Amino acid sequence: MSFLIGENMTGGYGAADILHGCTIAVELGEIVVIVGPNGAGKSTAMKAVFGMIDLREGSVRLDGDEITKLSPQERVRRGMGFVPQTSNIFTSMTVRENLEMGAYLRDDDFSDTMAQIFDLFPILKEKSRQIAGELSGGQRQQVAVARALMMQPRVLMLDEPTAGVSPIVMDELFDRIIEIRDSGIAVLLVEQNAAQALAIADRGYVLVNGENRFSDSGQALLEDAEVRRSFLGG
Amino acid sequence: MTDFLDAIVLLTNYVLVPGVAYGSQLALGALGVTLIYGILRFANFAHGDMMAFGTMVVILITWWFQSIGFSIAPLPVALVALPIGIAAAIVMSLGTDRLVYRFYRRRRSPSVIYILTSIGVMFVMNGIVRFIIGPDDQRFSDGARFIIKAREFKQATGLHEGLAIKLSQGITVLVTLIVVVALFRFLHKSRTGKAMRAYSDNEDLALLSGVSPERVVFVAWVIAAALAAIAGTLYGLDKSFKPFTYFQLLLPIFASAIVGGIGNPLGAVVGGFIIAFSEMTITYAYKKFLRYLLPDSWAPDSLVQFLTTDYKFAISFIILVVVLLVRPTGIFRGRT
Repeated sequence: MSFLIGENMTGGYGAADILHGCTIAVELGEIVVIVGPNGAGKSTAMKAVFGMIDLREGSVRLDGDEITKLSPQERVRRGMGFVPQTSNIFTSMTVRENLEMGAYLRDDDFSDTMAQIFDLFPILKEKSRQIAGELSGGQRQQVAVARALMMQPRVLMLDEPTAGVSPIVMDELFDRIIEIRDSGIAVLLVEQNAAQALAIADRGYVLVNGENRFSDSGQALLEDAEVRRSFLGG
Repeated sequence: MTDFLDAIVLLTNYVLVPGVAYGSQLALGALGVTLIYGILRFANFAHGDMMAFGTMVVILITWWFQSIGFSIAPLPVALVALPIGIAAAIVMSLGTDRLVYRFYRRRRSPSVIYILTSIGVMFVMNGIVRFIIGPDDQRFSDGARFIIKAREFKQATGLHEGLAIKLSQGITVLVTLIVVVALFRFLHKSRTGKAMRAYSDNEDLALLSGVSPERVVFVAWVIAAALAAIAGTLYGLDKSFKPFTYFQLLLPIFASAIVGGIGNPLGAVVGGFIIAFSEMTITYAYKKFLRYLLPDSWAPDSLVQFLTTDYKFAISFIILVVVLLVRPTGIFRGRT
């Protein structure tokens, strides 16, 4: 029984299904990466797990509870954090205000959480009074991740966090994601940079046409000849 | 030297002082428009008539106060009536939202539907106001007229030119200052204010963060209606109340909001003063001003007026068009 599992998910945005019986599961303290070719339904699978897509079939369970019918907002309340691929920060607000908005649903004192997040992302502490829209691409992604962490989620889902950032920044972000995993959070990641992502992943899913094609440990997928040839460019 | 001072006083009296007052009134109006745009994402054509509605209620209450002899002289009694006018405007705007806009919100209608709807609301509100108070000019200010009188200023300074500051102008600037500071504190310090800014910035992410859209919309209407009633009352005290004039104010108010960057509150305030001073400086006749500054032989015979005051709305319109062509996001990069 996985901590979070989207099982046999079938559905899409309109009449046509994008996912066809796809299953994604993640445990606490584990990084799971979803990779696959363009249009494979990677992001769609993650959005389905988060409740942004109505499923025709299949179910989503969090810690044993059925959450298939819950709205994304309710899932946030239940401890799921989601970092969208684009428009994932409040560009006109300061870094600190972005974090405060991340904790909007919390009634308790969240200054401890903020301090922890500033420890994880020291650059954000330095720039806490700066307008988030003025930061570099990598720093914006840190703000986006930090915003989602403010609710102290048990699951963190990231939709292509390294899209459009330099390789150095990507490594830096992956290091942070490993730290987040090591704190006991379940991390689900959709990645375009498949090889690098699988290298840090505990497990990986290769999705093709909305179906699971391969699933194994990150290392095994990296070493699999067919996966390498088809999806990792040799 | 006195010629120079006379020229300065002349310009202060006819351009600077009325410009600051008019700019404040536009700023308050534009703040309401920009707030609704930021939260509900449509240009609210009914804002001018919301101003008229709130002001009408203030006037009716003021007349009643005057009839029973209640006065707070030297201040105009309309200030006591203002909270009631604000409350009436809030009830009106929330009622309109319930009856009209909420229907389209639930259908997730495109913003052009909201704009057309707001034009409908504008006509209805316009009709209500004319039906109740009539289409004519109404005066409702009482108390003292001036803070500084032109004659006293001349006697005190020995200059030829007098400087007059009306009490209504002083009240306008003071009230605007208080309202703007309070609004910015609310938007930047309070939890609800931050939620409103977040919702305006990135609706999806705000929803994801747990911001309730209905609550944000509710607060936006409350603030916009309060701003409309305040702006309308200040304008009416300073000049006079006529429903059609308030409808016409929509153009300079929209221009103010767009020049500053629509959706941006700071932009609305700056935009209000830009539009006000553009109108004042372009329609002012500089003949006398130049007479003070230039040697007699150079003194102009014409009025040296770029445009007559009949064209003041054309100025807002031209600025609006130029901004939309050159920098559609406005000075402070609002939304497009």
